[in-house]
Amino acid sequence: MGYTITEKILLKHTNKSAISAGEFIMANVDLCLGNDITAPLAIKEAQKYGLKKVFDNKRVALIPDHFTPNKDVNSANQCKLVRDFAKKHNIEHYYEVGRMGIEHALLPEMGLVMPGDLVVGADSHTCTYGALGAFSTGVGSTDLAGVYITGKVWLKVPEAIKFIFKGKLRKWVGGKDLILYTIFKIGVEGANYKAMEFCGETIEKLPMDDRLSMCNMAIEAGGKSGIIAPDDITIDYIKEVTSQKSEVTRKRPKAKDFKAWAGLKSDKGAKYVKVHEYDVSKLEPQVALPHLPSNVKPASEVKNISIDQSVIGSCTNGRISDLRMAASILKGKKVNSRVRLIVIPATQKIYLQALKEGLIEIFVKAGGVFSTPTCGPCLGGHMGILTKGERAIATTNRNFLGRMGHPESEVYLSNPAVAAASAVKGRIVHPDEV
Amino acid sequence: MILNGKAWKFKDNVNTDEIIAAKYLDTTDPLDLGRHCMETISPDFLKKAQKGDIIVAGNNFGCGSSREHAPISIKGCGVSCVIAKSFARIFFRNSINTGLPILESKDAPDSISEGDEIEIDLEKGRIKNLTKNTVYSSQPFPKFMQDIVKEGGWLSYLKSNENKK
Repeated sequence: MGYTITEKILLKHTNKSAISAGEFIMANVDLCLGNDITAPLAIKEAQKYGLKKVFDNKRVALIPDHFTPNKDVNSANQCKLVRDFAKKHNIEHYYEVGRMGIEHALLPEMGLVMPGDLVVGADSHTCTYGALGAFSTGVGSTDLAGVYITGKVWLKVPEAIKFIFKGKLRKWVGGKDLILYTIFKIGVEGANYKAMEFCGETIEKLPMDDRLSMCNMAIEAGGKSGIIAPDDITIDYIKEVTSQKSEVTRKRPKAKDFKAWAGLKSDKGAKYVKVHEYDVSKLEPQVALPHLPSNVKPASEVKNISIDQSVIGSCTNGRISDLRMAASILKGKKVNSRVRLIVIPATQKIYLQALKEGLIEIFVKAGGVFSTPTCGPCLGGHMGILTKGERAIATTNRNFLGRMGHPESEVYLSNPAVAAASAVKGRIVHPDEV
Repeated sequence: MILNGKAWKFKDNVNTDEIIAAKYLDTTDPLDLGRHCMETISPDFLKKAQKGDIIVAGNNFGCGSSREHAPISIKGCGVSCVIAKSFARIFFRNSINTGLPILESKDAPDSISEGDEIEIDLEKGRIKNLTKNTVYSSQPFPKFMQDIVKEGGWLSYLKSNENKK
């Protein structure tokens, strides 16, 4: 008998002495988040309840990132509602356009999520922070209102599935490909209600940006959370983001925190409902075809699919390493004349870094556009909507029917190298073809 | 509570973008959201569905985004209940939290045809197909969830617990 890392974290956030999968708990929340789509509903519900003061103004994050910079009057109204609420309740982690980034890239970068934390967010991709060894999961707006009021959330302790990855990754293959391959193997419902625990020698060497991409898409397999036990890569990342002088961090970790995180992992006798083991040494870059993220093929097997648009960005793949990967392919090349390339850094910090490294120049010289941070086209919001019959390759997370615009448009999902190479060729290709 | 309505059939993996597309998420009004429910995958649904009708779907209903606008739009267009073989977890908790009646049944969805007259006893979790004269059972909710539903949603549950203190 032993606990999974998820059970350990959840237990620590209750007043119980023991916990078991399937049990309902009221858990204390370290950080909750909402955006310009989900927070307005939460705020209205909380106000109906009669909320006078949020449970803790340092543990509430409000990030208008979906339809911002405001795409129309209704979006402006929703953002104003969020802004007014943030002001009234003196919310410390409200991020206005100019300081804003895509929430799931911004919070880790700001040092607001630590290993062992319990984070809930009214956004399904809140599962991203599992990459840091936190339990984090997407909830609804009413849940978020409940957290504003009580600081707690109801949760069913999830059963866990263990995924062991073995082998050295080939060139152009990263976290996005590992998670697309995993969703291909288990299906879009394969981990419904479950905690997905990623481990093995491949994961131990996987950089943090790739880990964030992987855990980000746990929801695409139905997962309640994705999690990777903290290790040296995690500790180095936390040290880096919490050492920034000018940035706000929720708490600065101490020596004892680092020691505790080193021991935060599943027990030997922990129970898993399933264990999957994948040899990924021969894995190619993966592409998910319409209209499900599980409809996956190796890039070299996707033949004769011409594209109208290539989107590089989102909470899945809008980080600096993603932009570097795309730029390494686009340097000195031209985007195909039939293709619109849209590159969206996930945060202002990433934007600035891309500027310093000359990446923006590479994208613009290649014939692409470089946008301010926004979720934008990923969910068919703005900044790159598709019309009838159009097709995009995107580094985003969902290729559902009509996701990026017209119900008769198509979205193919891939990593940034495939999206960049495809932009050059005008059709979906393996990066080696460029 | 007894619910009565005609069945509208949907596939596996109906996602929240299909229930209510993101372009309509610039409002939280249930009636506005209800006007676009399911329009991407079933343009006829809103034209023909009557108040009280029932959505019957396959596995993983409501997968994708966490938008609570999805159950709100279903309620907003007048649907009284969703029966599915299984629900995606965030949609499931959003339905419990906002008081949209949902039932999980492995056998009912395959046996119910579009247009069948359905009668649902929510307390007993019993689904009656009046057209085919068959009865199906559904998975009962755990007590904790039943208590939330009885109170009319999560915040009402919190309020009532606060008042009891």
